[in-house]
Amino acid sequence: MLRRFCIRWIPAFISWLVAPSWVFAFSRSGARVWLPEGISTVAPEIDRLFYIVLVLTSVVFVLVQGTLLVFLVRYRRRPGRKASYSHGNYRVEVVWTLIPAIILIWLAFQNQRVWSKVRGTPPPADLEVEVTAEQFAWNIRYAGQDGAFNTQDDVLTINQLHLPIHQTILIHLKSKDVIHSFFVPQFRFKQDVVPGLTTHVWLSATKSGQYEIACAELCGLGHYRMRGFLTVESPEAFTAWLAEMFKEQTAS
Amino acid sequence: MNRSSHKSPGFVQKYIFSTDHKTIGIQFLITSLFMLFFGGLLAMLIRWQLGWPGHSLAFMEKIAPEGMPGGIMVPEYFNMLFTMHGSVMIFFAIIPLLVGVFGNYLIPLKIGAGDMAFPRLNMISFWLVPVSIAIVCTGFFLQGGAAASGWTAYAPLSTTMGPGQLCWIIGVIVLGSSSIMGAVNYITTIINLRAPGMTYFRLPMSIWALFITAIITVLATPVLASALILLLLDSTLGTSFFLPAGMIIDGVLQPNAGGQALLWQHLFWFYSHPAVYIMILPAMGIASEVIPVFARKPLFGYHSMVWAIMAIAILGFLVWAHHMFTSGMNPALGTSFMASTMVIALPSAIKTFNWLGTLWRGSIRLTTPMLHALAFVSMFVIGGLTGIFAAASTVDLYLHDTYFIVGHLHYVLFGGSLFGIFAGITFWFPKMFGRLLNETLGKIHFALTLIFFNGVMFPMFILGVAGMPRRIYDYTQYAHLAHVGGLNRMMSVSAFCLGAAQLIFMFNFFWSMYRGKKAGENPWQANTLEWATASPPPHGNFEKTPTVYHGPYEYSVPGRKDDWLPQHQPAK
Amino acid sequence: MKRLQFAALIGMGLILVGAGIARQPEAQAEGSATIKGSIHFSGTAPTREPVKMNADPVCQQQHSSPVLSEEAAVVGPEGELKNVFVHVKSGASPAASAPTQPVTLDQNGCWYTPHVFGIQANQPLEIVNSDATLHNVNAKPTTNQPFNIAQPVKGMKTTKKFTKPEIMVKFKCNVHPWMSAYAGVVNHPYFAVSDEQGAFSITGLPAGTYELEAWHEKFGTQTQTLTVAEGETKQTEWSFRAQ
Repeated sequence: MLRRFCIRWIPAFISWLVAPSWVFAFSRSGARVWLPEGISTVAPEIDRLFYIVLVLTSVVFVLVQGTLLVFLVRYRRRPGRKASYSHGNYRVEVVWTLIPAIILIWLAFQNQRVWSKVRGTPPPADLEVEVTAEQFAWNIRYAGQDGAFNTQDDVLTINQLHLPIHQTILIHLKSKDVIHSFFVPQFRFKQDVVPGLTTHVWLSATKSGQYEIACAELCGLGHYRMRGFLTVESPEAFTAWLAEMFKEQTAS
Repeated sequence: MNRSSHKSPGFVQKYIFSTDHKTIGIQFLITSLFMLFFGGLLAMLIRWQLGWPGHSLAFMEKIAPEGMPGGIMVPEYFNMLFTMHGSVMIFFAIIPLLVGVFGNYLIPLKIGAGDMAFPRLNMISFWLVPVSIAIVCTGFFLQGGAAASGWTAYAPLSTTMGPGQLCWIIGVIVLGSSSIMGAVNYITTIINLRAPGMTYFRLPMSIWALFITAIITVLATPVLASALILLLLDSTLGTSFFLPAGMIIDGVLQPNAGGQALLWQHLFWFYSHPAVYIMILPAMGIASEVIPVFARKPLFGYHSMVWAIMAIAILGFLVWAHHMFTSGMNPALGTSFMASTMVIALPSAIKTFNWLGTLWRGSIRLTTPMLHALAFVSMFVIGGLTGIFAAASTVDLYLHDTYFIVGHLHYVLFGGSLFGIFAGITFWFPKMFGRLLNETLGKIHFALTLIFFNGVMFPMFILGVAGMPRRIYDYTQYAHLAHVGGLNRMMSVSAFCLGAAQLIFMFNFFWSMYRGKKAGENPWQANTLEWATASPPPHGNFEKTPTVYHGPYEYSVPGRKDDWLPQHQPAK
Repeated sequence: MKRLQFAALIGMGLILVGAGIARQPEAQAEGSATIKGSIHFSGTAPTREPVKMNADPVCQQQHSSPVLSEEAAVVGPEGELKNVFVHVKSGASPAASAPTQPVTLDQNGCWYTPHVFGIQANQPLEIVNSDATLHNVNAKPTTNQPFNIAQPVKGMKTTKKFTKPEIMVKFKCNVHPWMSAYAGVVNHPYFAVSDEQGAFSITGLPAGTYELEAWHEKFGTQTQTLTVAEGETKQTEWSFRAQ
């Protein structure tokens, strides 16, 4: 009886426990399908919170699913045994309400600490950039020599954002038409770009290299192709690039 | 309430424009199962593109020459597919299945009433659904196709779209009125038409869930309807509710001024977050109904289950802006909505523990409805736990609008709602049609659905963590997603198998309707009132209005020979 | 007697139909006159901005040297003005049927080829994507049916038609904001676009008096009226200035 039960139903129920490993077996070997490398000052803190939630939820997941399986085997129908007659247990219910409550409140405080840092008042900026989204491109504007926007020496690019490493960057996000979202996975950073609003966000990169900006809010048929290119480089290389862009822009 | 006369109605009155709640429930069932199938087909096309981006699916050129020229899908068609998949599934499959089918079929039967309080309103509420479906789906045949701005229809994008989007807006307004009519009816019926002895705390959990769902519907749906009307005005008459000054769309400066794009999101989510609970509470009710029957044990913590549902309903109105952590609203709002969202996790946790408590020391029978109900608990746990990632606003800064969210919502709406629906259909099928579903086919369908559902949806979490945005037609161009093709193909294969497995269900459903074993009054030996009448119940439901003597979950009462004690039977 | 009447009726019907059929081809008749022209720009030519091809690496890879925008105006050293669309505005009878041979609009190197072109109403327009990147073809006519289609895959072709004459229909690619093209839709074959030398030539005109219109995207339109005889070739001069 027990054997028949196991052969029949256990495989179906544990299929979802196997699913993750099944998933990894299918993905191309060697390539890590997981969090991309974090390259902003806040990325490690967000990742830490992510892992805290992952551990907490995994523990609950294993406990709940394990209990479910154990109960299904242990209390399966057997001839001659009657179910117990119980409408509940007040004390148990209080306990299993309080424990998650305490954990969730603690998590809320942990989250708030990082939230106020990421989305609170920005620290003083070393460089300001204006990013104007449109269907389907990112228009980047640097203030240029005079440090003021909308003057003759502004440097304009399409989809090419270069940022100096280890500097605090203040980005002014604007949209010409519909809502877009400025998403750089490596920065652990996403901010919707809303027409009629200028959103000010700050970040500071900790590793140089080539990254990509994705649009993360559906903006029409070219949404998937609304891809920008982000280069994080040394301040010297950045200054040189900016000068070169300015020269190209005024070449004719 | 006037018991209807016993003269038999004509065909049209009996099967088409019927005011009998049971016929209306079955009309909802057939319509929404059809739409479920249609929504599933749209999902298959989405999975085709995501599994094999840009590969030709030759036969589709005949069906959609504009959307798939040469069988190669174009991005606007992809946008339309996921928009319509979401809209069809939410508005025409999940909500009508849970609320329309079970609300109509079960409420009068389970409270011992002859019919709904307003049978004619009930009929109108059903017939508005096909009208709404027709309006929304007209978009498929118009220039530019059906709606393509996501099921969330964010302004201003949705105001720049073609006629298909207008069809969507009007159709959803019509559907909203249908929901409101249904909800008013449910509330009135439950308050006024309960059989003698059926106190509020003797109501079965499914009725509690449907009752609270109806209250949410009445409070939230008018907000959506008004928002949709404003959106319609913005799209057609040049008003500026959601459109700010200075928008330059496609090189043309727009004449609007004074609107707020985020207002749409606030209004939309003020409805749509409670709508998530409209889509899960009835499923919770079904699980709470099915599990005690097959564990042969009273529901653990009946009262706390009721309070948990109410808490979810109230808190459900206070968490809407957790969909907007990245939207650019004031970060201080982010803090408060993060906190309220953490709180709403609690009642769901309580319910889960209560279901486990019901199994504890039970005598569990793994019938098809029970398997689906258990899968509901198991999958809903995953859906709920992954919600905590999104509730932590800073983690959501990263995970928002990625496949993590897509996975989360599918674990709630497929793993939760749909397994609940399958549990409900397989549980009440004998009552609806007087015949039993085939158990073997039912179990095969269940096992395949569970396995392949996880095969499609679980990898979504991993893709989301890897940073794959949702609603992306071709992810392969992004460097950080260059290596996720294998995973996506595995998901697509699972999706096709998942779709194929539903054919087993369809076959079982229609075959058993005519060829299944005769069910009898009470095949599951259950306590609630619907099992105290014939299967299917006659017009007017009960020969004599039953009197209720105790709660709905008196199983394995000590000192009795039988392990069940129907609500209408006195204990002694 | 009845039968005779019936036969007569049928006979008359046949004659009428036959006459109708016989009349049709007359509209196809073409002439042998030619109008040539040279178009110049006077004043300081606007500067052509370099295109920011680095917005999309697929575009940049296809160009080794900077590409100058064609949008403002392409003016030669002597003021020769390219991309002027010249057509017979009035005086020409509409063609009975549109050619079945398609006009091709190619997207190659993130660039529309040609930038300005003419097409007859109901003549097929074949839009081709020769780039391994997404282009969307956003056509914004006012009297014809607008369309906005995407071509995500290299080698994709879409055939469209404009049913009514319209001067001009603008094409845009929203993924590459610098890409634009213009089509002049007319209902006869008498049109041309000026080349790098600022020259154009309209051939096959029947004898008659015509009003010619020249259109430039930055400098507006101009008209000239002239009369040609069969076999004659007339030279016209056009001069545009900044508005």
